[in-house]
Amino acid sequence: MTPAPFTLTFDGRRITALPGQSVAAALWAAGILAWRTTRHGGAPRGAFCGIGACYDCLATVNGRPNQRACLLPARPGDTVTTQEGTGHDR
Amino acid sequence: MTADLAVVGAGPAGLAAATTAAGLGLDVTLVDAGARAGGQIHRHAADDPPPRPVRRAARERRVTHLAAHHVWTVVPDGDTWLLHAVVGPDEAPATVRARAVLLATGAYERQLPFPGWTLPGVVGAGGAQAMLKSGGVLPGRRVVVAGSGPLLLAVATTLAAAGARVPALVEAADYRAYARHTGALLRNPAKLAQGALHGGALLRRTTRLLTRHAVTAAHGTTRVEAVTVTRLDARWRPVPGTGRRVPCDALAVGHGLVPQLELATALGCVTRRTPDGTPALDVDAEQRTCVPGVWAAGETCGVGGEELARTEGEIAAHSVAGSRPPRAAVRRRARLRGFADAMAAAHRPGPGWTDWLDGATEVCRCEEVTAAAIRASVTDLGARDARSVKLLTRAGMGWCQGRTCGPAVARLAGEEPAPDRRPLSCPVPLSQLAQPPGAER
Repeated sequence: MTPAPFTLTFDGRRITALPGQSVAAALWAAGILAWRTTRHGGAPRGAFCGIGACYDCLATVNGRPNQRACLLPARPGDTVTTQEGTGHDR
Repeated sequence: MTADLAVVGAGPAGLAAATTAAGLGLDVTLVDAGARAGGQIHRHAADDPPPRPVRRAARERRVTHLAAHHVWTVVPDGDTWLLHAVVGPDEAPATVRARAVLLATGAYERQLPFPGWTLPGVVGAGGAQAMLKSGGVLPGRRVVVAGSGPLLLAVATTLAAAGARVPALVEAADYRAYARHTGALLRNPAKLAQGALHGGALLRRTTRLLTRHAVTAAHGTTRVEAVTVTRLDARWRPVPGTGRRVPCDALAVGHGLVPQLELATALGCVTRRTPDGTPALDVDAEQRTCVPGVWAAGETCGVGGEELARTEGEIAAHSVAGSRPPRAAVRRRARLRGFADAMAAAHRPGPGWTDWLDGATEVCRCEEVTAAAIRASVTDLGARDARSVKLLTRAGMGWCQGRTCGPAVARLAGEEPAPDRRPLSCPVPLSQLAQPPGAER
């Protein structure tokens, strides 16, 4: 049985994910490699280590900042937004 | 409930230990941070059938598997051990009590920084493989694979099989280094020769294998668009004038693996240095650490691959159960450890890699600390070790707590990497830290 895809949003854009995919995997599948900017340089970052060790993939998910996108399972209706800096500056 | 044995980590070592111990009559609790058992090797998508070792563990009625449990500390409590974990994305608290503990916490990738390595599209080689195994996704269509170690061949093969074009596999070491360890090679003919031939045949048509070369820069503005590949001398110094540009939309890079030790070092377990300069746990012939009641197996005791990890898990389980480890397993461990040591020596990073850093290269990705700042802390401020560099520059003080930059910072400070010393192995809500002792009961 093919698992049913579902949608979530990234900065308001609808993207498709498969059950069991992490938020990072869903973003990669949509061709999105960066979803965070750094605190000092404002440089774009995304997933690097892919296994939860490096914390480069931090994202704001459903309003909660600093979620490790490579570990976090994507869920239908998730709202993922680019995290700027610490994610607490807005 | 008090388990006879708590196994931390459900990779090959932990799974083998848990099933063997259960088979010997022990009640086992298998605690793992992952959503699915298997570790990095047996990582699989949610709708794929679990690999055989995972199915075997699931069938054992004496094994309780706690998934998505990240153990952040292990503490003695009377004559038992108490393991504290945060559970799942919501970080709920959980504790496990056991009479014995087996640490099989595995390893993560060693990274050596280079200009441009923070660009989106530059990803860990193991990370690319992990994302592909569990999420079915690629970071790009044209992916250069670079760094050092046998994992790169596996990564390139997996990426190519999934439809990526891999224009180059860039290996910093010289495969001829293996020739110095013919004994270990001859005792393990299947390991290297067949592996390399198999992967080589698959890759030959489209992938260039460049040994004694490194990616010394990644280029692009918002994501990687090309890399510079440069020839290295025997000490891994870039040879001037040999750089050439290779267009790509992703780079999968890694320089071997680093054992994950923080739970063990917090308990006071003694470490040793492996032939590639990395600290690993020191264990005795039955996989005991120096702390009574604590055993270890797998990459935690020195990176050596799946078969060695399974063997060590099996030996440790016998030891915990008080039975003699099978002689065949003990022999297998000696043979495989010999091969692992030869491999580690061949791929040990040469000191010249620091020559490919420019001053603006961010060495610490979390705190955005440049190579120039780290060098200044050494030359101008007198730092002699990674700890002083950290205090002066914040390198290693960010979210990842130096997991990513640790080995590089140590080298820039002029020393070998020290064993991890982190009181907590993952972020923990203050509410859990604030619990009074005994409140978990």
